[in-house]
Amino acid sequence: MARKFMKGCEAIAEAAVRSGCRFFAGYPITPQNEIPEYFARRLPEVGGVFVQGESEVASINMVYGAAQTGTRAMTSSSSCGISLKSEGISFCASARIPMVYCNVQRGGPGIGAIQPAQQDYFQATRASGNGGFRMLVFAPATVQEAVDMTYEAFDYAQRDRNPVLILADGVLGTIMEPVELPPMRPEEEVKALKEALSDWTLTGHRAEEKALILPGGWAGQEDRCRRNANMYETWGKDVQVEEYETEDAEVILTAYGICGRIARSAVRLLRKEGMKAGLIRPKTVSPYPYESFDRLNYGKVKAILSVEMSIPAQMVQDVELAVKDRCRIRTCLRSGGEIMSREDVLKAARELV
Amino acid sequence: MEQVYKRTKGIRDDMVSGFCPGCMHGTVFKLIGEVLEELDILEKTVTVQGVGCCGLAMEYVTYDCTTSPHGRACAVATGVKRTNPDRLVYTYQGDGDLASIGLAETMSAANRGENFTVIFVNNGIYGMTGGQMAPTTLIGMKATTAPAGRDPKVHGYPMHMCEILNQLTAPCYLERTSCNTPANVRKTKKAIKKAFQNQLDGKGFSMVEIVTSCPTNWGLDPMASLDFLEEKMLKEFPLGVIRDKSREEEAV
Repeated sequence: MARKFMKGCEAIAEAAVRSGCRFFAGYPITPQNEIPEYFARRLPEVGGVFVQGESEVASINMVYGAAQTGTRAMTSSSSCGISLKSEGISFCASARIPMVYCNVQRGGPGIGAIQPAQQDYFQATRASGNGGFRMLVFAPATVQEAVDMTYEAFDYAQRDRNPVLILADGVLGTIMEPVELPPMRPEEEVKALKEALSDWTLTGHRAEEKALILPGGWAGQEDRCRRNANMYETWGKDVQVEEYETEDAEVILTAYGICGRIARSAVRLLRKEGMKAGLIRPKTVSPYPYESFDRLNYGKVKAILSVEMSIPAQMVQDVELAVKDRCRIRTCLRSGGEIMSREDVLKAARELV
Repeated sequence: MEQVYKRTKGIRDDMVSGFCPGCMHGTVFKLIGEVLEELDILEKTVTVQGVGCCGLAMEYVTYDCTTSPHGRACAVATGVKRTNPDRLVYTYQGDGDLASIGLAETMSAANRGENFTVIFVNNGIYGMTGGQMAPTTLIGMKATTAPAGRDPKVHGYPMHMCEILNQLTAPCYLERTSCNTPANVRKTKKAIKKAFQNQLDGKGFSMVEIVTSCPTNWGLDPMASLDFLEEKMLKEFPLGVIRDKSREEEAV
């Protein structure tokens, strides 16, 4: 298949279109503007709809509405903009509406910084809105992974009738890399995907078959919560993780997204220096690959280093849950628009031993 | 014998309404049901319910229904209609939903000329949450969050949504009606039908603002509420057609 040189944001948008996404609503915010801009050009070419919402709040609600007709729908934003979407995301999770959204993370909290960061880990994995719902959260480390994960995200969203998050960051959104794009779903298949959902979607029904979308209700909410919780329990099979040079490792680096890629490069150099380093890189951060840490040989592993573009560290809490005091855990952190460098990681790793 | 009146198929006949005595939501939903039946589009209709007392109707109506987050009905309806252009889509929103928390969504959808219909029920108060001040609360009118009455120096003045939206170029049809008399009920039905027909004809954004009563939170019995509505509410919110581009287009 032909490779194409593409910017992360645009590649994500193209992958969504190829997966059958036919509705996008979004609002400008750096560093993800190329996603709505790409959709604005591309969706009319395939009979889809792009709307520039008056706000992030409106945009997510447009997606909430569009997805309720069975249309594959998406929105994107960055950090503080994602906070504004959290109401709508929670409604999607409660009403079990399939949709995909992308957070091209920037600095935080507050307006933070427009440069890349990984400050939204807790928001992505713990509380993407009120009500304690969960989502599948994919954390790509390359533009190719972002493409593949976005393409598949729509299928996961439809499988579970639940939102799916692509947790990217400003580096991934703005770098250009060669990618292999997945095949364009034929228009008949896109139509069939929509029609397959018509028993519950807002497409018009006879009274006895009325579609009623409830993001809550006067009664029965406990049952709905239990049904959702039971579904979350089935996600163990969906864990994706890269374990690199972990078998004989004495030092484990762990990181997701762009930091995972930098840490992988650091592992190679550390190995050349003679340090037995390895990497655990979660590709899904929800569900989290806790079992990867159980597979480590704690007779050999002396320390684990969580590498994050977040201050304070956030993913380290999942690492602690996974490691259960079986070895030392340290962090290597940058934030506020300061990009993690391989030198930062190498220095922190050498200090471990 | 000739049948001159029957229950609309737009409302389930196996449920009892949860609306308070003297509330006009039931009347409005009945009118909507009758219009949808007359247009023969019950099975092609989707309603987007706002948050508030109107949400009670999500179980009563016999056609497809969704519930939006508070204030977001016009954004949700934008998504539904744009991906479902051959279905009739209407939002049903109270004054808090449409004119306070949802002001941006309302204005922007109207400004885009979205081809759906807004049914705006204005009773000047928050109903479901228990009588708090609304953007349409009258000057001097008491609310639980304005216990001494609405004071323009502190709270500003009632908002006139039809007139505000009339500043925009895109909307097709804006009319304010009421349901306080049989004649006004008939006019309201006519306005709803016109608004729906505009949508079916692809003419863009229509809104019918219906001035109604809320005896429970006005602290009045249903009959006294009708007097208050006639004497106070309709003075602040005069009835009539504020904008009708569909007529202009016909005249051209």
